[in-house]
Amino acid sequence: MSFELICFYAFAAITAVAALAVVSVRNPVHAALCLVLTFFSTACTWLLADAEFLAIALVLVYVGAVMVLFLFVVMMLDLDLDPLREGFVRALPVGVLVAAAMLVEMLALIGVRTMHLEPTPDPAAAAGLSNTAWLADALFSRFVLPFEVAALILTVAIVAAIPLTLRHRVGTKTQNPARQVEVTPGERVRLVKMAPAVPGTPPESTP
Amino acid sequence: MITLAHFLTLGAVLFCIAVAGIFINRKNVITLLMAIELMLLAVNTNFIAFSRFLGDASGQVFVFFILTVAAAESAIGLAILVVLFRNRATINVTEIDELKG
Repeated sequence: MSFELICFYAFAAITAVAALAVVSVRNPVHAALCLVLTFFSTACTWLLADAEFLAIALVLVYVGAVMVLFLFVVMMLDLDLDPLREGFVRALPVGVLVAAAMLVEMLALIGVRTMHLEPTPDPAAAAGLSNTAWLADALFSRFVLPFEVAALILTVAIVAAIPLTLRHRVGTKTQNPARQVEVTPGERVRLVKMAPAVPGTPPESTP
Repeated sequence: MITLAHFLTLGAVLFCIAVAGIFINRKNVITLLMAIELMLLAVNTNFIAFSRFLGDASGQVFVFFILTVAAAESAIGLAILVVLFRNRATINVTEIDELKG
């Protein structure tokens, strides 16, 4: 048993245990933190599969951004946990049964074909490139149009998410940028005609 | 050596845990979203394993796109969740039945 295999079993075990905790713990904050652990140990297994760029991207994008968003939302909502847990015990046998049946089917399928597949050398190293350069070669040549579409999808997501949560409260003083932009000098500066003051004479007393 | 079967088994286990999580947490939208993220993670693990063992970069490029779309999906999902909680003061799925005929 090589050191790589021992590492893989350790990371896979942590992943599976943390994933079980995600779906079974009571507190959503703890579930989110367990999901962070799941993502992190999965990133470690991806490193073992020579996918360095995606492993780092998973940690940065998922642990760094998406899970923080999850935690933010979970902590912001004041949840009443008891009604959310009812039916947990009743649904447990069905869920475990379905999951176990699916697992047996999938493992049977995997075992038939791939147990004796010979491990090949790292394709990126065989091409004389780092994993990132190897990925970028494909991403920016064959997949450049989907790459642009992905950027568009992210923009659409921002445009969708911000108006969903934007809220106009009555009575708060906020700036109106549109009104600020279309203002004309005539509304801001008023020129007043005044009589010239003669030096040496006392100014007229105004009432 | 780590074989393809190791990674595929890890993916299958993760996916089944996520399916079980959807079954047993039917009331809690947040846990449902987390189970969906777990499923995507399992699929991504499979993609990376196949990309590594078949020597094709397309699998890793696809994982890149899945990560992008999943980030967009969870951002919009959580935004909907926040609006839902603001309007109904609950995220219990059984109480959200306004569209029931």
